Amino acid sequence: MSGALGPFLLKRLALSLLTLWLLSVVVFFGCQVLPGDPARAILGPLADPRAVAALNEKLGSDRPPVEIYLSWMGGLITGDMGQSYAYRSPVAPFIGSALVNSLKLAATVFAIVVPLGIGAGVLAALRAGRPIDRLISVAGLSLTVIPEFVSSIALILVFAVLLRWLPLSASWPAGSGPLVQLQHLILPALPLVIVLFGYIARMTRAGMVEALSADYTRTAILKGLPWRTVLSRHVLRNALLPTITVIAAQMGYALGGLVVVESLFRYQGIGSLVLGAARAKDFAMLQAGILTVGAFFVVTTLLADIVTTLLDPRLRTGGRR
Amino acid sequence: MSEALPLTEPAPGLAREARTRGVVGRLLRTPSFLIGITILLFWAVCAVFAPSFVPYDPYADDLLNTLQPPSAEHWFGTDQIGRDVFSRVLVGARAILTIAPLATLVGTVAGTAIGLITGYFGGWVDAIIGRLLEVMLSLPLIIVALLVLVALGPSTPTVVVVVGLVFAPLVARTVRAAVLTERHLDYVAAAAVRGESAPYIMSVEILPNITPPIIVEGTVRLGYAIFTIASLSFLGFGVQPPTPDWGLAIAENYGVLIGGFWWTVVFDTAATASLIVGVNLAAESLQRALAE
Amino acid sequence: MTDPAVPPVLRLDDMSVSYRIRGRAVPVLSQVNLSIAKGEVYGLVGESGSGKSTVALAVQRVLPANGRMSGGRALINGRDVGALDRAALLQMRAREVAMVFQDPGRALNPSITIGRQVAEAFEILGASGHEARRRAEEMLTRVRISSPARVMERYPHQLSGGMQQRVVIAMALAKDPSLLILDEPTTGLDATIEAEILDLVDTLRREFGASILFISHNLGAIAGLCDRVGVLYAGRLVEEGPVRDLFADPRHPYTAGLLRCLPRPGLRKDLAPLDTIPGFPPAPGSIPVGCVFAPRCALADETCRTIDPPLVTTGAGRVSRCHHHDRVGDLPHAVPRAAAGTLAPAGASTGTPVLELTALSKTYGSAPYAVQALRDVSLRLMPGQTLGLVGESGSGKSTLAHALLGLIAPDAGGGMALDGAALAPEVRRRTAEQIKTLQIVFQNPDSALNRSHSVRRLIGRAITRLGGLKGAQREAQVTRLLESVRLTARQLSARPRQLSGGMKQRVAVARAFAGNPRLVVCDEPTSALDVSVQAAILNLLAELQAERQVAYLLISHDLGVVRYLSDWIAVLYLGRLLEVGPAARVLDGPHHPYTEALLSAAPSVSGERTGRIRLTGAIPSGVSPPAGCLFHTRCPRRIGPICDTEEPPFTADAHGHAIRCHLPRAELGRSLAPATA
Ligand code: SF4
Ligand code: SF4
Repeated sequence: MSGALGPFLLKRLALSLLTLWLLSVVVFFGCQVLPGDPARAILGPLADPRAVAALNEKLGSDRPPVEIYLSWMGGLITGDMGQSYAYRSPVAPFIGSALVNSLKLAATVFAIVVPLGIGAGVLAALRAGRPIDRLISVAGLSLTVIPEFVSSIALILVFAVLLRWLPLSASWPAGSGPLVQLQHLILPALPLVIVLFGYIARMTRAGMVEALSADYTRTAILKGLPWRTVLSRHVLRNALLPTITVIAAQMGYALGGLVVVESLFRYQGIGSLVLGAARAKDFAMLQAGILTVGAFFVVTTLLADIVTTLLDPRLRTGGRR
Repeated sequence: MSEALPLTEPAPGLAREARTRGVVGRLLRTPSFLIGITILLFWAVCAVFAPSFVPYDPYADDLLNTLQPPSAEHWFGTDQIGRDVFSRVLVGARAILTIAPLATLVGTVAGTAIGLITGYFGGWVDAIIGRLLEVMLSLPLIIVALLVLVALGPSTPTVVVVVGLVFAPLVARTVRAAVLTERHLDYVAAAAVRGESAPYIMSVEILPNITPPIIVEGTVRLGYAIFTIASLSFLGFGVQPPTPDWGLAIAENYGVLIGGFWWTVVFDTAATASLIVGVNLAAESLQRALAE
Repeated sequence: MTDPAVPPVLRLDDMSVSYRIRGRAVPVLSQVNLSIAKGEVYGLVGESGSGKSTVALAVQRVLPANGRMSGGRALINGRDVGALDRAALLQMRAREVAMVFQDPGRALNPSITIGRQVAEAFEILGASGHEARRRAEEMLTRVRISSPARVMERYPHQLSGGMQQRVVIAMALAKDPSLLILDEPTTGLDATIEAEILDLVDTLRREFGASILFISHNLGAIAGLCDRVGVLYAGRLVEEGPVRDLFADPRHPYTAGLLRCLPRPGLRKDLAPLDTIPGFPPAPGSIPVGCVFAPRCALADETCRTIDPPLVTTGAGRVSRCHHHDRVGDLPHAVPRAAAGTLAPAGASTGTPVLELTALSKTYGSAPYAVQALRDVSLRLMPGQTLGLVGESGSGKSTLAHALLGLIAPDAGGGMALDGAALAPEVRRRTAEQIKTLQIVFQNPDSALNRSHSVRRLIGRAITRLGGLKGAQREAQVTRLLESVRLTARQLSARPRQLSGGMKQRVAVARAFAGNPRLVVCDEPTSALDVSVQAAILNLLAELQAERQVAYLLISHDLGVVRYLSDWIAVLYLGRLLEVGPAARVLDGPHHPYTEALLSAAPSVSGERTGRIRLTGAIPSGVSPPAGCLFHTRCPRRIGPICDTEEPPFTADAHGHAIRCHLPRAELGRSLAPATA
């Protein structure tokens, strides 16, 4: 029966590839077709038409879109992401270092928010309807909707300006050790933690409440198992599994905040790279940056799906009846 | 449990009107709803009337009085070019409270249509549209919006449409899930057996049954629309200067924050936070009231 | 009957339970008294809303968060459950009381293997890991699971419903409980599987000697299993006594009504209508004055309406909560039909059939995972007659209905004809006349009626579509239709949620009849309803048929329902017709071995099961159906290798009674008690 796993994973992989391909088309469309005339968009409405034509030729955007797309894809496969107009150098190295920086920030965020959010969600579900549940729910919900730039300002005021506990800039001096790096990362991480916390707590709570009221939980209680065993063996596993997938599926979306936070704290990550490219109308850079963000999301969801499949016997052994 | 369930249903004889009144009644007795709706109303009033009662012209600069701290004259101080922060904060509600509801409307209508169609037809229609929506959702909303706004150039109608369309997949996902539940109910089959057309079944049979989740989704989206548009303005792709706007004001002034000129951003920050929290409290109470 | 020194295993002393709903306490059980002696099997019967499941939850202190025992006590082995502290309560649950719920699929933890779940029950009792596993395996053997070691490696979703319920029972018996509570343990299982589980419970009660509280709406199941029975109505125990006596001679009008409204052998639509219980149970939370049953009782008088009757002793070990328990025998019966035989007698099959299916097949999915839901089904149905379609889950009966209605397209090659004209597979391509002619009544009116539309709109729209009427004419027709399903104009502006289950189903029937159909598919029309409501709907269907000469394709798993309404019966198994014939012949025999097992599985209220033919094993999956005779994996009469390799022929006798079996007719089983009078 476990033979069903192979085809399932293959299918899932194929779907991810399809999504990636569609993503490239969408991004390409947004960066090359939608602006109509990239050179005009870059140079502005008052530019000399000859300059526009020359730039278009230089950018290669005077060719038919399909051709541009194919050569872009060809480049991507060989690791060539094109030439940045603004920096006049290849895009790829920028993307690489920005991605590493963003991953550091994201890792800090998750290291703080996942245990916090899941813990709060579990607690709220166990005390469903009581004041602590209301507190977690309402606080979580209110925090989730505060834009990162708003909470950043508040945090900067308190921790960097008034208390001077944490450095304002996210960029650490070159050659700093991990601890110093971490110290610089905490302040930018907090706004994202605030946004994600309510979300994770809410998802966890929903999953827990469902598992707590499930018939199998009642069976376990009626077996006479102590409450701790009921929780650890029967409730948590069934509650958290789906929650993990849901959380992962929303991550990319929630990480849009990176753009804001990185630009606000002047941090050289993929978010500020994309924003900079957008401001400079550096379409090659923009295109590569956005595609990287999307690809990162697709890979995370794929991994989350695979993990849940491996852990969930219903999926692992095929055929949900 | 079979006995416990029917009891949560209203007893036979309870009229629908009574139920509707019940929802409103419950809402009016919910503190969080009252707080939320009061905040929202306050800003709505500002959006409509503030220009006629604020003490200063929000656009007028005064280069002799730049970066003045709060005083009796300028309650919230002045900004880098000497504009009155208090006036700009109150009038600032106007831009966001115009764009956000419109964008929400666009997103909800488009999303409902897409959700109905994909959920009802299923099969390859659902597979293709579903995949496209997933691609859109695989990018952070703000990045998609950024991409399109860079390409088309930021202007109020563009922001409305772009944010609306970025939200449409989310609304569509909720609506589709609701439609899928309904689709398997026999009243849909009964309509098909009567020879009803697909548009009839979708709009007359299914739609009324999925309005509560759509309303909830709409109010939740409104909160996120404010979130997204404020963020876009902050990044320079939303409301354009010199229009008074909170996100924009923060972007223009947070550079001087470290110099101690906190009043240039604090009030805009508080305004943004209060509006969003207000919308959210109202939305959450509404959701609870409808679910009961 | 018991030694007074030994406390009863379960005793309820004036137990009352209420739920808090929207800030109001709604009583669910009022002062219920009962006691179960050691080794006794006590049946608690009641319709939905009677509070019977709440009894089980309250006894174990697992009421939902809004539930509360508002009065009285529950004692288990003499100890007040409500007064136990945490540790004692855990001890009680771990050692004394076990419980089996409806829907075993949900009672098992989906992410833990069966072995671990069963072993866990022994670990609580102090067994070491290894020891627990060994005993788990032993226990699975005792609930007649044939390869326990293999089952223990599996996850719940890999087992069939019947197997899952065995596992749940094994877990329950692990602690060798003194009280075993079974709450609707077979509801949702197929009839042959249900019979197996009931037999198992019957055997185990002897082996384990546990007292059993058996909660069910199924009178037949209770009759076959229990020693004593209590009848619950609107949260009150209205009658109690030894099961045989009580069912043979009920002393409460409600019990009598319940027993009478079951369609039983000998009753047919053309002979007499079924008895019914008029009205509906009181709305939960309403406070009745006098007898709760008075609004529905034919014997009710002034006394009944003012004084709540006490429980009075009416015989040895029997009590009834009725002022007039001695007059229950006088309850009026439904009048036999005046014009018996107005319907064409079964078998008179000349003329154009209203429906003809030829070689209809349907395959879902493709290649390795293809499921053949229908295989070469050919059927015909004459105007004004009922064809009963019987089968268990996976038999393809719903697929057949959906194909007929144009909701799914059958495989190419088969044919459907309505009144002699070919019927297109898609509704779109059918003529308006065909759409009118063919309508449906679904199983569950909650699902079949759009909950945001009023009754007027529900029926009115159907009249516009199917009858082509508008405006005042339409309005008049709505009223007429409502009358013909015994509803009044008062219900016109009601929405489905404001109606009772029976009323909703009447609206659904009215809607199906909006265009004067000639063929109505009735897909399990009463299985979502309580028995007292079922009888009224069956009567209604029979009357409409007599009045309008409409033909029914009746899909049901309930042989009683099929027997009452059908002129012809067809038996489906894994999408294949195993037997077709005039109703009387199919019911009396000779039977196909599968039909025989189905008939034998249906428990009867008299407590004597008609036969002891039991099928073993699960219904095979449609993905890999057995070769040869589809039924050979479960057939108790299997002849030999020929059944495994060769598909039997479908041979018919002179009456059109066809059976698909290698056994010669003379050797096939017959009913001991003829099913028809
Ligand atoms: S007490 Fe009266 S109303 Fe109640 S069941 Fe007996 S006869 Fe009927
Ligand atoms: S053909 Fe054989 S296996 Fe099939 S029903 Fe007849 S006796 Fe049983």
